Amino acid sequence: MSHAEEQSFFHKYMWSTDHKMIGMQYLFTGMAMALIGGFMAYVFRMQLAFPNIAVPGFGQVSPGQYNALVTNHGSIMIFWVAMPVLIAAFGNYLIPLMIGADDMVFPRLNRLSYQIFLLSALVLIASFFVEGGAFGGAWTAYPPLSAKSQYSLTPLGATLWITAVALEFVAFLIGGINFVTTAMNARAPGMKMFDVPLVVWMIVIASIMFMASVGPLIAGAFMLIFDQTVGTGFFDPDKGGDPVLWQHLFWFFGHPEVYVVLLPACGIVAEIITVFSRKKMFGYKTVLYTTFATGILSFFVWAHHQFISGIDPRMANVFTVTTVLISVPIAEMMFVYIATLYGGQITLSVPMLWALAFIGEFLLGGVTGLFLGASGADIYFHDTYFVLAHFHYTFVPIAIIAVFAGLTYWFPKMFGRHMSEKLGKLHFWGTIIPFNMIFIPLFILGAAGQHRRIYSYEHFPELATPALQDLRVLATMSLVVMLSCQIIFLYNFFSSTTGGKKASRNPWKANTLEWTAESPPPHGNFPTLPSVYRGPYEYSVPGREEDYWPQDQPAETR
Amino acid sequence: MKPVATSRSVTGIPTGRLAVWWVVASEIVIFGGLLGSYIMHRLGHPEFGDYASHTNTAAGAFNTLVLLSSSLSVVLAHHAAENKDGKKAFRYLWLTILGGLTFLLVKSHEWSTEISHGYTITTNAFWSFYYTAAGLHGLHVIGGMVIMAIISFEARKGRNLQRVELIGLYWHFVDLVWIFLFPLLYIAK
Amino acid sequence: MSNPFLVQASTYAADIDNLIALVGVLVGFWFILVEGAFFWLIFKFKAKKGGRALYIDGTNKGHKKWVSIPHYLVLVCDILIIVAAVRVWVDVKQTLPEPDGVVKIMGQQWQWTFTHPGPDNVIETEDDIEVSDELRLEINKTYHYRLESRDVMHSFSVPVFRLKQDAVPGRTIVGWFTPTKTGTYDIQCAEMCGIGHGLMPARVIIETPQEHAAWVAKMSAPRVAQK
Repeated sequence: MSHAEEQSFFHKYMWSTDHKMIGMQYLFTGMAMALIGGFMAYVFRMQLAFPNIAVPGFGQVSPGQYNALVTNHGSIMIFWVAMPVLIAAFGNYLIPLMIGADDMVFPRLNRLSYQIFLLSALVLIASFFVEGGAFGGAWTAYPPLSAKSQYSLTPLGATLWITAVALEFVAFLIGGINFVTTAMNARAPGMKMFDVPLVVWMIVIASIMFMASVGPLIAGAFMLIFDQTVGTGFFDPDKGGDPVLWQHLFWFFGHPEVYVVLLPACGIVAEIITVFSRKKMFGYKTVLYTTFATGILSFFVWAHHQFISGIDPRMANVFTVTTVLISVPIAEMMFVYIATLYGGQITLSVPMLWALAFIGEFLLGGVTGLFLGASGADIYFHDTYFVLAHFHYTFVPIAIIAVFAGLTYWFPKMFGRHMSEKLGKLHFWGTIIPFNMIFIPLFILGAAGQHRRIYSYEHFPELATPALQDLRVLATMSLVVMLSCQIIFLYNFFSSTTGGKKASRNPWKANTLEWTAESPPPHGNFPTLPSVYRGPYEYSVPGREEDYWPQDQPAETR
Repeated sequence: MKPVATSRSVTGIPTGRLAVWWVVASEIVIFGGLLGSYIMHRLGHPEFGDYASHTNTAAGAFNTLVLLSSSLSVVLAHHAAENKDGKKAFRYLWLTILGGLTFLLVKSHEWSTEISHGYTITTNAFWSFYYTAAGLHGLHVIGGMVIMAIISFEARKGRNLQRVELIGLYWHFVDLVWIFLFPLLYIAK
Repeated sequence: MSNPFLVQASTYAADIDNLIALVGVLVGFWFILVEGAFFWLIFKFKAKKGGRALYIDGTNKGHKKWVSIPHYLVLVCDILIIVAAVRVWVDVKQTLPEPDGVVKIMGQQWQWTFTHPGPDNVIETEDDIEVSDELRLEINKTYHYRLESRDVMHSFSVPVFRLKQDAVPGRTIVGWFTPTKTGTYDIQCAEMCGIGHGLMPARVIIETPQEHAAWVAKMSAPRVAQK
């Protein structure tokens, strides 16, 4: 299956159709965008902590620039970090390896999807440099602000922004073709549906949910672009249009989207907690059923983002019911994950620390969602920092904690070397502790009524108190510490790719198929197509000497 | 070199067919969103009925017939491909492409007439939806025609005959969208 | 239950705070319980030399109940939260008690314009009093507000009332409040509305009937420029 091919630099690194290379391209692009998005957070948080003082490395932050920073921070983190890393990087890298295939089913389409994605990132970055500046209407881009340049004052920026978003959507629709068809049709002989590792299931389900939810927003993106450039009035009440229509189109996608990124994160965590507790997943099928339930229900909760935004108040009651109830399947999934630890032999390796931190932190994010799903309480909490703290307690575990878990876990496979465990632990604590010190103050600020997307609170006497300002400074300083600690990760990651201790095929003694390939796997992955004899989580099987049982080992082996 | 993965089919369904179903499903959600938005607007704006009376129902009906016939010819192309008759498939595919071309010509005539009467995309929300929905559909017709042409040349040489069915599936979807567009934009007055 | 953060200055502020407290208690209970169990398991089952993990696939009923019983209890808590939330929501957003007064609120880039009824106590008449960025109300009077926007989405937010309502261009949205405490408090715009979004603070001044009557008279006196 694998073939020795002499490939030029261009072919190997820039024009590759190999799923592993494409996965790396998505990973590094996502990481680069994360640096940009993180820098934006640094700048706007410095403005909040020390209003109207020039920010080192940026300068004075004007109100317009503040809006552009928060808008693009949010857009970048969701569309150009979370999605490419969780779905496209891990999905591309892992799916063929974990199902025993030599590549994705449509490699050239795969390459095309990355190229469109890269184009979308470049279009977004271009929007920062055009006349009028980058779009500043929030990542939610509600019209008429986003539709008319006389309101947004960023004519070019606004159109480039929505174009970048639309291109990103197309890239992921195309990418999804590969994830779903490869997982369905290219599984190794013997790998039945319920022998597929959870992370593969999760990425496939996420791709399907993305496809089923993004269409209306693609239509909406066309409508917004036409409103911006051609003068149509889809969202303009003066021309018979309706601003609230955009909100429905946006959130019908926007809500399932958060589960689209949650699912791969949960998948990564499942792979890690089983390996490092040497335990079978407690209720593999339960995890799948709760995932389906959450996924389906997530299509019926969207207007909880719009409770007070002008929808018929009676509709809010429907959405508060569905929103509060979605906590049931998610809670069950979390319970099942935690139950997996029972009776285990837990090793607190760096990947395991991250995976456990995901569970502990996501729990806080999840429960605080109930304050917002309860419509009566959301009247107060809407557009406050309480919302912001809630979604960072869900998004940071998803897009950062679970990603570090996955990167530190699969690094030996990807690069054939180990990262430093010491630096890994230092980085872990240097991220987790400051993370909590950024966002717990923000819950408090939100409860005190602090509203969002405001460049300075000096004009609001109830919010301009010394006590509240101290909380803002605490959050900002903690962010600076957290961002600084990421240097440890970057050093550890890049220096280990060449200088780390050489890794064997299966350093973690895991069961799934990627660990049977060389570290790193060659083009074509496996010398011969593996056959599969059991599920992915047969750890500590009674009567066996080894506490793991790789999926491709025939049953007679003892 | 194609990977082994491309040729496998654990589910028994050809991978190409799965891929086309995926594409069709994504497009259904896109058009569904657009048409859903139109319907919501329409329900809240009864005057849309008056605006819609200026569309050319006869042209729309003719175009519906054209597309339905072209779906028939693509079925015949598929049938020929199943019988390994690449040359026949080629002829029926081009009949389908001709249908698409006819559709587009009639549509350009409609649009130029409407624009010359002052009904442009910015006239009001009805016309914005009209041109956007029909325009997006038209783009999909053009895209389908191009892909169909490429597949036809391969088929004539007896290569990749399984793709005739796949472009046929896509073409049926394009037809189906029009079946919804026609009553919504033309008939509901 | 009083709120340590912010004064309660409307009839429904306490209801909203009580709902928040209810959610807090239920959610806090689960959070502490689950995090506690989680950390306990991590420490209890740390790997020991020569140790072997258990083989549990979660199908055993005895094991399953540890997950399914909490799962049903979560459902019960959810129903309590839903019922409490809907009650508050219906009161604040769906019902419209008989008003003692009506005010008009116009949001625009980047200021608020509040229109108060004049001495005739009827809105949309000649003697209305229009003020920029200041809303003057009488304590214990029930008001309807009619909220509009001149341009983009804005949101009328009064934290001490616990009230928030987006202003949608092209619509007039009606709601209500009854102020219960005198004083001067923040009004915020709570929906991104452009570069001046943070520059449209306003104030709500709640006064006694006498103070309010005096203000109405002053604002309506002839030759006095109305803002």
